[in-house]
Amino acid sequence: MEKEEPRIGVFVCKCGNNIAGLLDVEALEEYSRTLPDVVFTQWNLYICSDAGLEEIKKGIKEQNLNRVVVASCTPRTHEPLFRSVCAEAGLNGYLFEMVNIRDQCSWVHAGYKEDAMVKARDLIRMGVAKAALLEPQEIITSNVAVRALVVGGGIAGLTAAISLADRGFPVILLEKEKELGGMLRSLYRLAPMDMDASEVIDKKIKEVQDNPNIDIYTGATIDKVKGFIGKFDVTFSANGTSKDVRLGVVIIATGAGNLVPEGMYQYDGHKVITQWELEEKLKAGKIDGNNVVMIQCVGARSAERKYCSRICCAIAIKNAILIKELNSEAKVCILYRDIMAYGVQNEDQLRKAKELGIRFVKYDPERPPVVNEDKVTVFHHLMGKEIDLPQDMVVLSTPLVASEEAEKVASLFRVSLDENKFFLEAHVKLRPIDCATDGIFICGSAHYPKDVRESILQALGAASRASIPLSQGEVKIEPIVTSLVNKDACRGCGLCVALCPYNALEIRDTDEGRKVNVITVACKGCGVCAATCYRHALSINSFTDDQMEAQIHSFLAA
Amino acid sequence: MNKDILIIGGGIAGMQASLDLGDMGLQVHLVEKLTCIGGKMAQLDKTFPTNDCAI
Repeated sequence: MEKEEPRIGVFVCKCGNNIAGLLDVEALEEYSRTLPDVVFTQWNLYICSDAGLEEIKKGIKEQNLNRVVVASCTPRTHEPLFRSVCAEAGLNGYLFEMVNIRDQCSWVHAGYKEDAMVKARDLIRMGVAKAALLEPQEIITSNVAVRALVVGGGIAGLTAAISLADRGFPVILLEKEKELGGMLRSLYRLAPMDMDASEVIDKKIKEVQDNPNIDIYTGATIDKVKGFIGKFDVTFSANGTSKDVRLGVVIIATGAGNLVPEGMYQYDGHKVITQWELEEKLKAGKIDGNNVVMIQCVGARSAERKYCSRICCAIAIKNAILIKELNSEAKVCILYRDIMAYGVQNEDQLRKAKELGIRFVKYDPERPPVVNEDKVTVFHHLMGKEIDLPQDMVVLSTPLVASEEAEKVASLFRVSLDENKFFLEAHVKLRPIDCATDGIFICGSAHYPKDVRESILQALGAASRASIPLSQGEVKIEPIVTSLVNKDACRGCGLCVALCPYNALEIRDTDEGRKVNVITVACKGCGVCAATCYRHALSINSFTDDQMEAQIHSFLAA
Repeated sequence: MNKDILIIGGGIAGMQASLDLGDMGLQVHLVEKLTCIGGKMAQLDKTFPTNDCAI
């Protein structure tokens, strides 16, 4: 392409009060006008509004802009929007550069206006310097193998598999245990609708088994995963044989585990048990003694495990009601820190429990209850003194914890876990079901503790999200990827291949010797390879050495 | 079967459903009673618990 003189337009955003509350946006606009290659500047109250976006289009058309810089908020949320607006006006979307003067200036330096202004000017100057060197990029498309992998045969995995299969997509369902069903197999009745767990899960298992689009493998382990969205190559073994399959998308539904509260509250699995073990007793219809004390948040919301397992309050309330229904003479007391009875039905159940005479006593985590041979002693914060509750059985409400397999599955598929080893979504609000790695989705308690209803909801959502690439048959990929810009320089050392977190590089024997090959669709443009390559053979589109150097020089030239 | 889809309500739920269905290649008709889409979320500043800008 012929090099044309850069004609840069700079648009500075007030973001209401978010930026203009601290920064003098109009002064920043004036400053932008003094920068090299800048031919047009403008400030706006909200550039992301319809009116603001129109101004960018108008600028491109009327001022003949061939580069656009927007100084506003974060590219994580708004870069795609601005790129598409440039494209609508006929300018390649990759001739756009975003400068984040909100998160990086007005938010973090609140109260330091002068310093924040200096930094904002630096950032805009650097953005303009880079923009001048930007080159157009084209979106990359890649074919999608029309078949899905669902990992985990619990309620979430089964639901997702059925939902995909009903759309006509072939599904491979892998379960590590010998039987399908997951956690629900060992539960008795489900909160808050009070229905039989086996009824729910048996129906789903049958549906999966009867569905001709679903191939089920139990006792399965995944050995190897290669590839990327549209072309995941997975090797797994089941029943002593190994199988290789190619899949377009993956749904992770590996569930969670139960915390065994060893060493807490005299836990022994007989007289002091978990809610999980209580389910077994309720299933058998045998509860010993009249006095039951339940303790909430055992091993949860603590320094070691900061999160709330969400579902334990509903489980305790449900099981307390079941005990009362089994034996109206029973005295059940729930020792809690805060009650999580969210939604309509959970609250109904809480009310019902109170009407049945189930006692709720709040305890202070600083003065936790003490379990003795035949009583539980707890400090009652309203009475201001310790009270004794007689007990024939103590039930501990323990949290769901991440599955033991989570780390292995996460490393196989190269997806992230959170601090508690639950699978991490790409964005809490914008992409709550997707993993950061394209083509991989999460559902159920693998994500964080969920009740059956929520697991099913998320499984339907994951199946729906996974259907997008499957039904399109191709995916569009951001062209901000690495490329072998200097083939002669590459010696095929393989350092970049070893460091690539996405399996996007490989060494190939070519006529010119060993050279690196970029699997463009797998590349996320993280830049590790380009930074590592001491021969400067690799470069990231829109983050080239020239562009980076120009930014650094312009920073130092202040 | 006609594959066009009607979505009633242009708040965050209706918009996300429209986007996903649209990305699947289906024609979506999104109907909103007010003069602009966005719903309650468009009236918020920051959203709990991550304090993302609602817009």
